[in-house]
Amino acid sequence: MNELSFSFAGHDLRALGTGALWWPEESLLCVSDLHLGKAERIARRGGASLPPYDTLDTLVRLANDVEYTKATTVICLGDSFDDLDAASALGNREKLQIAALQAGRTWIWIEGNHDPGPVELGGTHLAERKLRSLVFRHIALPDGQAEVSGHYHPKARFRLRGRTITRAAFLFDETRLVLPAYGTYTGGLYSSDEALKGLMSDRAMAILTGQSPQMIPMPR
Amino acid sequence: MTQIPARITDWFTAKGWSIHPHQRQMFDRAADPATLLIAPTGGGKTMAGFLPTLAQLADGAHSGLHTIYVSPLKALAADIRRNLRGPADEMGLPIRIEDRTGDTSATQKKRQRVDPPHILLTTPESLALLTSYEDAPRMFAGVQRVIIDEIHALAESKRGDQLMLALARLQSLCPDLRRVGLSATVEDPQAIARFLARHPDPCLIVQADPGPDPDIRMLETQELPPWAGGGAAYAIPAVLEQIKQHKTTLIFHNTRAQAEIFFHNLWLANDDALPIGIHHGSLDRQQRERVEAAMVRGDLRAIVCTGSLDLGIDWGDVDLVIQIGAPKNVKRLVQRIGRANHRYNAPSKALLVPANRFEVVECVAALEAARAHDLDGEPRGAGPRDVLCQHILIAAAAGPFDADTLYSEMTTAGPFADLSRMQFDDCLEFCATGGYALRAYDRWQRLQQRPDGLWQLRDPRAAQRIRMNLGTIQDTDTLKVRLKRSRGGKPLGEVEEAFAASLTPGDTFLIGGQIVRYEGLREMTVEVSRRADKKPKIATFSGTKFATSTQLSDRILRMFAQPDWPQLPAHTTEWLTLQRQVSRLPNRDRLLIESFPDNGREHLCVYGFAGRNAQQTLGLLLTKRMEETGLAPLGFVATDYATLIWGLDAVTDPRPLFQLEALRNGLETWLAGNAVMKRTFRASATIAGLIERNTGGQRKSGRQATFSSDILYDTLLKYDPDHLLMQITREEAMRGLVDFGRIEAMIARIGDQIDLKRLNRVSPLAAPLFLEVGKVPVKGSAEERLLAEESARLLQEAGLESLASGA
Repeated sequence: MNELSFSFAGHDLRALGTGALWWPEESLLCVSDLHLGKAERIARRGGASLPPYDTLDTLVRLANDVEYTKATTVICLGDSFDDLDAASALGNREKLQIAALQAGRTWIWIEGNHDPGPVELGGTHLAERKLRSLVFRHIALPDGQAEVSGHYHPKARFRLRGRTITRAAFLFDETRLVLPAYGTYTGGLYSSDEALKGLMSDRAMAILTGQSPQMIPMPR
Repeated sequence: MTQIPARITDWFTAKGWSIHPHQRQMFDRAADPATLLIAPTGGGKTMAGFLPTLAQLADGAHSGLHTIYVSPLKALAADIRRNLRGPADEMGLPIRIEDRTGDTSATQKKRQRVDPPHILLTTPESLALLTSYEDAPRMFAGVQRVIIDEIHALAESKRGDQLMLALARLQSLCPDLRRVGLSATVEDPQAIARFLARHPDPCLIVQADPGPDPDIRMLETQELPPWAGGGAAYAIPAVLEQIKQHKTTLIFHNTRAQAEIFFHNLWLANDDALPIGIHHGSLDRQQRERVEAAMVRGDLRAIVCTGSLDLGIDWGDVDLVIQIGAPKNVKRLVQRIGRANHRYNAPSKALLVPANRFEVVECVAALEAARAHDLDGEPRGAGPRDVLCQHILIAAAAGPFDADTLYSEMTTAGPFADLSRMQFDDCLEFCATGGYALRAYDRWQRLQQRPDGLWQLRDPRAAQRIRMNLGTIQDTDTLKVRLKRSRGGKPLGEVEEAFAASLTPGDTFLIGGQIVRYEGLREMTVEVSRRADKKPKIATFSGTKFATSTQLSDRILRMFAQPDWPQLPAHTTEWLTLQRQVSRLPNRDRLLIESFPDNGREHLCVYGFAGRNAQQTLGLLLTKRMEETGLAPLGFVATDYATLIWGLDAVTDPRPLFQLEALRNGLETWLAGNAVMKRTFRASATIAGLIERNTGGQRKSGRQATFSSDILYDTLLKYDPDHLLMQITREEAMRGLVDFGRIEAMIARIGDQIDLKRLNRVSPLAAPLFLEVGKVPVKGSAEERLLAEESARLLQEAGLESLASGA
């Protein structure tokens, strides 16, 4: 699997091409915005009946990353479920998948705006988690330091030799790292959006996900 | 009724007109269940269609809706209202005539449902929408006649399929409904009649006198047409001269972008300030209406336009039609020419202007075909099931329905006459549960079967969403363009989202003949400022692109085989001779491939002459095979006659790339992952109701909440490849965008007669391809290679290379 090493707040981190963050020293894998149960939630609310395979697909990809990294700690950085009802509506197959992933490792659910309360699944439920100098929370705070967050589903677009490439992307600067959304049914917010331009400093970088992750100055 | 009321005949007499034989025939056949009239423009077609209605309404006894007139264009509905109002008043007929389109105000629409006019002029979408209301039976009670104008155009699209389903519904509500179709000259009238008829009722065809042959020629210019490009700027002085010599000229273009550029250039050269307007589908409605009104008043000497003026709006005194760019299709050319000289029995006058030298050949071939009355066209297959799915939802929005009854009703529609019950049930299942192998939505079904067996919406609020997403027109996501002002400036028109995404502040582009500067994006609106001093970057409105017909392509290849070309201008003859010298000319029974380097990349040009869509598919299949053999293709572009592929490495042996078996065997898997399939899926999924274009106010909840339809396609491909929508996508792609049949025919014809010419630079014939829009990137290893290079370069430029250390 392809990964890209980078240094953030004094730690050696790896961006995986799948959009997961890998911290070898802590054997920690972090993924954000899984949005499990999204298709179910849309149908429940009277929307279209989207292909109901998104949860399965997200979990299969997560299992691959866990297998690859042999992580002993997994942090899901919030919006793990599209809403709290979606968490309880998960099928048996998906619940078993999650249980299998959790077996033998520390599992942390960080609260997100979509899933602000505890879920009836294994693992620890936290608002945020500090580890060494890093803090893991769902939404970046204005004065956040050494902060790893998600929420914005960043993606980056840039032009090369007459074509435009758009990829989900990690964004990071001196003080914060924003993870791309990991869930199968998730869209993205361009790094050039005001919300992200305002959040990230002028020296921010973007790491494009994909077959081989690449780092570029964050497109503004 | 056999007698036309005196009030009407008197009116004709007073005007000094006589009733045309075909108008009389249409009147005599008024009681037939369905009648198709084929008549040239200016043949009094509209009057022929409305004559029975006017006669039946003459005594003022009918109350409520009597006749529904459907046209493919909103503008046409408004135009007919004006043109019907006049005669009706002059005849003293007590008739209420109103139009109802997407442009009609909400108040007016509401009132029309409560108190409908005698004659309602509308569009397929507005009619389908009307059938979705619970009060439809009341509104449509007593309707006697429906008139489908420009049915030849509707019969070629899903809009027509949708209309026929709506008519099936209407016919159930009004069993006495008589159908009338009005069509321009077509190659297969029987096919249109089958399309119109209430299956299995007959539909008789009335043929009007086709009138004299048009006076059609190629425009002679001092300047030579350029080697490449679609702008035809060289012809501007000659076109201006023609405008001066005629009262009113229509200048047709194949794409909106070309119309914009031509209009811009025309005005730069318009020293006499002749009043010239522009009209195309991307312009703001008010602007279009202003141009239409000016045209009707006779204030304009010329209008630069696109297919938006293809259909029969009566522009009065048009005495010349100019077609810029090759017409691609002889039937459409003949129909466009019919726009000139809107008087019966006067020959239409038309000029063709090739935009480049290849088009000179195409234009001459089209002229020869038009003179020989050799019209072209491809038969259309069975009605598409995505449209059927939408109509099941529309039926559900109108109220609970019985599946058996709905099936019988839908199979009375011509395009769906052969629909099997199983196919219908699959569509119903899709609408109800999503139709997935994994049955996940039992609790949240969209449609539920009640204990009495009827189907209904689980959530009645869904009816509103269904109505908001009704329709089959795929506007590739467009964004409104406005002048930047403090409180929302003047709307100018629309551009495609993809085009907007390519703009950076300061870029300039053309819209409505003005150069504007891109200022930024605000709440899904492109904000611009006026800019008169800069050369524009061009708006890439895609517009509809038609493939050159097989018949026309064959004519061109036959022409290439001639030893010399007395029918072509000298400059084109020289060009073809040059091509013959440096390479060779394509031959109908062999396949010419050229290979050459250009601008640091290797190019491969394949002259298949299979039409744009098939050449596009060929590009997909070939780049896929090249990817597999490590030739690192970067992308391709297809025209009607060739596919140009560029990549990092040269092809030395093309034969393995062209084995039909390998191409065909791999087609399914190859196609599965490509952009054309995803585009087709997106269109079908939107029509079938899986993707909602409009969700009412949800769009502002943030872009990260929406995700690309490509993800849905990939997910289905992975977990449910036989899902109904995947079947529909394959079907659609095979007959539309993929057009594999023409590739098969081409390969069968050439066998292994492949000629690879290695050249040291681009050939005369390949040059135009470099300027084609619609390039398709290949997202393979070459992209990763380029991405790595570019990333390294950017980091180095920024002095940041130490930051990254890829593992």
